[in-house]
Amino acid sequence: MSEPLQRPKRKNPLQRTKHPLSPPGVRSRTAHGLTAAAAEGRFALQVCEDCKTVIYPPRDCCPSCLSARLPFRDVERGGVLVAETAVQVSADPYFRERTPWRVGTVKLDAGPLIVAHLHADALEGYRVRLDLKLDKSGSAVVMALPERDTPNMADDPHLREMTCDPKFRRVLITDGRTPVGQAMAKAFAEAGAAIVFVGIADPWKPVPGFEALRKIGPVEIVPLDLTDSESVSEQAEQNGARIDIIVNTAEHVRSGGIVDRHGLTTVREQIDIRYLGLVRLAQAFGPVLRARGADGANAAAAFVNLVSVHALMNWPAYGSYSAAEAACLSAAQCMRTELRPGGIKVMNVFFGPLETEWFQTVPPPKLAPSALARAVVRGLQQGLEDVFVGDIAEDIRARLAVNPKALERELAS
Amino acid sequence: MAQGARDKSSGRQSYDGVVACLPVTIPYRRYSTNTAQWWLGRALRELTTRANLRPADIDGLAVSSFTLAPDTAIGLTQHFGVSPRWLDHIPFGGASGIVALRRAARAVQAGDAEIVACIAGDTNHVDSFRKTLSNFSRFAQDAVYPYGAGGANASFALITKNYMNQYGAKREDFAKLCIAQRDNALAIPFAMMKKKLTLDEYMAARPIADPVHLFDCVMPCAGAEGLLVCREDVAKSLTLPYVRVLSIIERHNAFTSDPIQTRGGWAVDIAELWSMAGLKPDAVDFVQTYDDYPVIVMMQLEDLGFCTKGEGPDFVRSHTFTNDGSFPQNTSGGQLSVGQAGAAGGLLGLVEAVRQLIGAPLGTPVRDARSCVVSGFGMINYDRGLSSGAAIIARA
Repeated sequence: MSEPLQRPKRKNPLQRTKHPLSPPGVRSRTAHGLTAAAAEGRFALQVCEDCKTVIYPPRDCCPSCLSARLPFRDVERGGVLVAETAVQVSADPYFRERTPWRVGTVKLDAGPLIVAHLHADALEGYRVRLDLKLDKSGSAVVMALPERDTPNMADDPHLREMTCDPKFRRVLITDGRTPVGQAMAKAFAEAGAAIVFVGIADPWKPVPGFEALRKIGPVEIVPLDLTDSESVSEQAEQNGARIDIIVNTAEHVRSGGIVDRHGLTTVREQIDIRYLGLVRLAQAFGPVLRARGADGANAAAAFVNLVSVHALMNWPAYGSYSAAEAACLSAAQCMRTELRPGGIKVMNVFFGPLETEWFQTVPPPKLAPSALARAVVRGLQQGLEDVFVGDIAEDIRARLAVNPKALERELAS
Repeated sequence: MAQGARDKSSGRQSYDGVVACLPVTIPYRRYSTNTAQWWLGRALRELTTRANLRPADIDGLAVSSFTLAPDTAIGLTQHFGVSPRWLDHIPFGGASGIVALRRAARAVQAGDAEIVACIAGDTNHVDSFRKTLSNFSRFAQDAVYPYGAGGANASFALITKNYMNQYGAKREDFAKLCIAQRDNALAIPFAMMKKKLTLDEYMAARPIADPVHLFDCVMPCAGAEGLLVCREDVAKSLTLPYVRVLSIIERHNAFTSDPIQTRGGWAVDIAELWSMAGLKPDAVDFVQTYDDYPVIVMMQLEDLGFCTKGEGPDFVRSHTFTNDGSFPQNTSGGQLSVGQAGAAGGLLGLVEAVRQLIGAPLGTPVRDARSCVVSGFGMINYDRGLSSGAAIIARA
């Protein structure tokens, strides 16, 4: 049984902050099929289209029939841990700091043998379930978990290396004015976050729901205006070194397209709040986040980018909004590479229209802010990189995968 | 074997008339600032000088090395100034010695070459070992190295653990093999490990990847090994003492459906190894196994026919393995004591076997040694060693 994680003590200011290291992240192009599955929390291996053999390690040729048609498909994740070892001496600096490190050979029910990382509750001779995780290098690895959940299993230090669990971590919600920001604060408090900093711009303006927000245990209201570079750097100087997860909840939802819109005011605001706001956050908080990637049990872990699913395909009814969201998605891809040396995950959470006043005229299904917040927490607990929340987001992702051009036409109506 | 696969085991021709001679070892060093080209060059020079040949007389060359990049065997021809009409690069690690012997034997039998120099060697810079591990194979890069980066130690730890679970081998059994090999190595001047090993020291050694502990692991080092393969009449004309090649087997990627490796490819072809040599296992006087880890030694004792599968631990308990023991094994101490000079480890056992059989061992002689089995094993591409081979050679 995993030991419950103890609340980290206040850090000794004289202690050197450990420099973050990465485990070996180089993979063949084919092996990144595993990375794609891990990013979304799926367990997918190559399955030969001709002879149905389930294949591991990733190959370019089926070892049963020499077929080259080897797509990644979701497969059953059950198996038996046949043999285990604890690596005590490692050639790699990342693992040297973390030995003993348990690995084992798992015979998967679906066929192949997989050398996997072991959760402390995965025991030799017993059944296990496999999960694909992104390790601190950002590449996929297989981890064997106990067949059924065990108490405190998320606290296992090796699993916690692969996840961004909010428990005992300190979180910044960048905009607490919106229903999403407030739902997020509640969800992180429930997930055991140590401090939930909630940013409020222009505090002299009334904030609906402020009293309830303030009363959430770990919430600390802080001044933060994403359209003001000075405000953002000031907040980073104040609290940057004790923030482990940033959730950018800033939004600027306005209907209207590109051609049928008069002037630039709304477009400029959208770009300022969403795209430039994200850039300001990234520049002010990114470097310290990256430097604190190995800073103990509550090391910096993630930057969460809430982004409309219409970033992936423009929705002309909200055309300029979609375009600003697309800019944020592109920036997030860049941030992923830049933050990876610290082991910081950039998690994109895609959602459709929300059950909020700015989507008033849009018919259901719409996503409740609380459901979005729970999905963010769940995604961090699993260590995901891409999360699609709600029916609309799932639908658009599915249509996009099949025929992007059809989706473009469909979104016109 | 796949269903419907054709039986290709019959009709193998004999190795009559093929001999191996002139065993050379370039003394090992823990670290070397020299290159693999330098080490291999020393081995070839030693061979030509001692055979009283000019480099141009070497018309066949087989090369094995891990640290030769960006060169392969062809680059070495120009580097060494030789012009062979038969050239082979054999990158199969611990199996490359046996594979080289086999290919060279066929080349001299067929007249494609008259004198084949088989050389294997590697350098060892302070960082070579880590670099070799991380780039060993595509499967290692994708599916092994990111899992703790324990290298071969971790992979063999899983094989060892499974073998212990299945067949009841104990660390004390592995200790017995390692201690005997150490005793055999005490007389070898360039052995990396020259101090007697006790059971207490073995058992108390630091864990590397459970159940593999320090003295189960080879010491990476720099060095080179070499020998000549030719027809008997050629060896005679060079006035070199020689040994006869009686039989050789080679097999790659066998038993793919075994969940964890408990046997190697030897088990597929072992009957032919003995029948071709016209011998039974109790007839050979000593055995050179490939000893990257003691569990692999035990596996070979079974797969080479000295006992049945699962009897390895009992076999070890009922024999002694020093050169004066009931079952002399790895008579120069093997890689576990002499060191693992990269691909030279694949030739070490064969070179020492030839020395014993021509009556010129570096260390303790095996009394009245007439014949022996030499075995090779290599290339843990993902979860198991893929290549295996064995040869029976005899005093002329």
